[in-house]
Amino acid sequence: MDLGIFALLSQDGVTNGAIYALLAMSLVLVFSVTRIIFLPQGEFIGYGALTVAALQANQFPRLIWLLVGLGVMTFVVEAVSALRQRGAGQAPWRTLVRSALVWLAYPLALLALVRSFSWGDAPMAVQILLALAMTVPLGAMIYRVAFQPIAEASVLVLLIVAVGVHFGLLGMGLFLFGPEGSVTRPFSEWSGSLGAMMVSGQNVAVLAVSAGLIGLLSVFFHHTLAGKALRATAVNRRGAQLVGIATAQAGRLAIGLAAALGTLAGTLIAPLNAVAYDTGFVLALKGFVAAVVGGLASYPLAALGAILVGLLESYSSFSASAYKEVIVFTLIIPVLAWRSLTTVHGDEE
Amino acid sequence: MTFVGKALRALVPAWFVLFPSLPVPEYWVTVGNYIGLYAIVALGLVLLTGIGAVTSFAQAAFVGLGAYTTAYLSTRWGVSPWLGLPAGLVFTGSVAFLVGSVTVRLSGYFLPLATIAWGLALYYLFGTLEFLGRYNGLTGIPPLSLAGVELAAPRRMYGVVWLSVALCLWLLLNLLDSRPGRAIRALASGRTMPEAMGIDTARYRMLIFVAAALMASLSGWLYAHLQRTVSASPFGLNMGIEYLFMAVVGGVSSLWGAVLGAAVITGVKIQLQDWLPLLLGTEGNLEIVVLGAVIVAVMIHSREGLWPWLARQWARVQPPQPAVRPPAEAPQGYRDMPRRPRPARGSVVLEVREASKHFGGLVAVGGISFQVRAGEVVGLIGPNGAGKSTMFNLITGVLRPTSGEIRFGGERIDTLESRHIVARGVGRSFQHVRLVPQLSVLENVAMGAHLRGGSGALRAALRLDRHEEERLLYLASETLRRVGLSEVMHLPAGSLSLGQQRTLEIARALCTDPTLLLLDEPAAGLRLKEKQALAELIAQLREEGMSVLLVEHDMDFLMGLADRLVVMEFGCRIAEGTPAQIQCNEAVRAAYLGGVAA
Repeated sequence: MDLGIFALLSQDGVTNGAIYALLAMSLVLVFSVTRIIFLPQGEFIGYGALTVAALQANQFPRLIWLLVGLGVMTFVVEAVSALRQRGAGQAPWRTLVRSALVWLAYPLALLALVRSFSWGDAPMAVQILLALAMTVPLGAMIYRVAFQPIAEASVLVLLIVAVGVHFGLLGMGLFLFGPEGSVTRPFSEWSGSLGAMMVSGQNVAVLAVSAGLIGLLSVFFHHTLAGKALRATAVNRRGAQLVGIATAQAGRLAIGLAAALGTLAGTLIAPLNAVAYDTGFVLALKGFVAAVVGGLASYPLAALGAILVGLLESYSSFSASAYKEVIVFTLIIPVLAWRSLTTVHGDEE
Repeated sequence: MTFVGKALRALVPAWFVLFPSLPVPEYWVTVGNYIGLYAIVALGLVLLTGIGAVTSFAQAAFVGLGAYTTAYLSTRWGVSPWLGLPAGLVFTGSVAFLVGSVTVRLSGYFLPLATIAWGLALYYLFGTLEFLGRYNGLTGIPPLSLAGVELAAPRRMYGVVWLSVALCLWLLLNLLDSRPGRAIRALASGRTMPEAMGIDTARYRMLIFVAAALMASLSGWLYAHLQRTVSASPFGLNMGIEYLFMAVVGGVSSLWGAVLGAAVITGVKIQLQDWLPLLLGTEGNLEIVVLGAVIVAVMIHSREGLWPWLARQWARVQPPQPAVRPPAEAPQGYRDMPRRPRPARGSVVLEVREASKHFGGLVAVGGISFQVRAGEVVGLIGPNGAGKSTMFNLITGVLRPTSGEIRFGGERIDTLESRHIVARGVGRSFQHVRLVPQLSVLENVAMGAHLRGGSGALRAALRLDRHEEERLLYLASETLRRVGLSEVMHLPAGSLSLGQQRTLEIARALCTDPTLLLLDEPAAGLRLKEKQALAELIAQLREEGMSVLLVEHDMDFLMGLADRLVVMEFGCRIAEGTPAQIQCNEAVRAAYLGGVAA
């Protein structure tokens, strides 16, 4: 391996690492706020990339059907629990109307919006925003239906439910988008050289967007009320409840954010590599390896871990390309062992 | 037994025998074979996850190891398929041992995550290795043959598959109803309680990890010779997850639930694969959507799964009989069971010298010294947060002292593990009761007798441990009689009142044959009559030469019983003496009632 190849591999590794970092961040975020190990994170990568690809090809983004369907389900769950809470008393009209607006009217309005314009030539930013307008509520709905009823259960029960949700979203992905992968238009056609190294605009864009998002997240967590509420919930759920933070809302927000980050990660990858409905899972798992480096609790360590995973993967794809995945996933074991030894656990968990 | 009960008992096994000889389509028999294969893996998972609380997503990879071993040996080297089984078991067992030695020590959610990583790594390895045919796999695997007859047709394999299921079920049912079985059932309640009974939790976690992997390997061997071709895809993470779903849907803590879960999930999946494309008109993978939804619904609405629900309905038709009964009279060899010699009355049994324990900057115990002599009841008292329970944990090896030393019978024990300390004769109860709530009172108490027996898992699984088991159960029932709980012997421990649960813990501690008994607030939650009975029991134990160290808040209870009291405050000893002396001690009054000691 000469210096040129080394530089190329490093560039590749850092670019992938930046994407893993986004995924690692959202896994840390969801875990610390809700204790859910959010394996379905990967599906949002596929959903995001394939929705943008469909918009660019002037096809109807079929993801919106999932949004409508899950919206109906969420409304039913919400209505049943509202009616149960009030018992024989007056029907909780206000709650019902509110949730009908949020879970039923919004998806239909979005459907109408998507139907009434042609999105193929819209700027990419608009296409990405439209994809986010679908995936973020999807995340919130998933939390409401699958996780909120068992928010107090053990980490293992939540993990098993997360695996169930992963299966559901994966199957829906195949159903909605088919088995083919898609590539989207690049962010920029620019390419330049940095010393002896060729740099493509896409790589720069990935790094810039990831770094920007991480910066935004940091501002969000430290300077906004919602962000502080999330942090409080992460530190102590019961305590947060006592000072009036709605932890269910925090959970919804956390998963919504994770969905957004997953979607963005998907749109960042799609111009570089074809993304299919099931591409995301393995990517999310690598983000996950990175998140575990930070003990599922530390954002900077998770980001560092992500870059490490990206580099390791990139170098091993050169020297032992067939064993790339084996190496990355075997690597997680000593890391897990180390984290397990340095983390204090209650006896009963 | 009622008529319905008898009929069902006979019909269910008969169905399994008759099924392949009925004129059903060949396809149904194939489905039956697959249910059997999955059930074997799910049975291992029930042992591992449902009972031993070690969640594994990697079972499919172990199935793959078993399948690839026999496939490779029989296609490349022409080795008989029958030799592929032991080869696969040895190989899978060794890999599971290596994997396990890194993995089973992990705590909390790190363990299931590690199994995901192992599962993926092994899966990619199967798909990458040249000699395993990469992603195309190995083809042309010979069928099993028995006495010259090839077992190639599904109907012929059916017998082999379901005999294997029956064998696994029999071995596991035997194992769980035994000394090692009780140790495995104790694993779910954490480390502290089983270790305090002398159970080596790391060893038993490893044991069930390897056992579950071996069952997966057996399933893989059957799969290879049934399918006649292997490739990486059925051994991936998705299948690992599906095995776990089978166990969870069926009822993750019951063995029969594994068979039920395998049948239900496979049946539902096949139906969905047939019907969904007709309804929705696509060649999708929609059955996994339904599967995912089912698992979410099961976890939200009935976390225990299908089998426990069925068992409750069945209990209405046929009230359950206690599964584990002690022999009616002393079994052979009971009187010769070894008992620890009692130290001479008045000699020092326990000596705590300048022991201290710091948690970061907090001094929980700060250089305390006291002694307990043989045949003496010593009370350790003090306000909340004085460090009494920490002291108990130091003596029983749950915590290591920061400095100082603790000697038992002259030997230093502060560097030993809990299970080695109980082996030297220190029995204990817990401040917050630690029981296995769904097991019967008798079985919970028999856990205390763990070190009084020596049968291993293999002996137990093969039912060679019955003489010893009778002695242990008889010992447990005698001890229960002694503490006055023999009436409730067959009830689940979790259904007892808190006071009775505390008494159960004393009986369990007595079964370890202690010479020093440590009781943490034994009278809390007891009614007056029960307290009197407990005081009588402790006095009687003292008569027999036992030493007792008590933490207790009930002064009336202690005053009449203790020979000596040690008073702690803020981790230090502030007074020591007879109950009467302590009652008049100014420092003690100040500690309890506040105010400045003069």
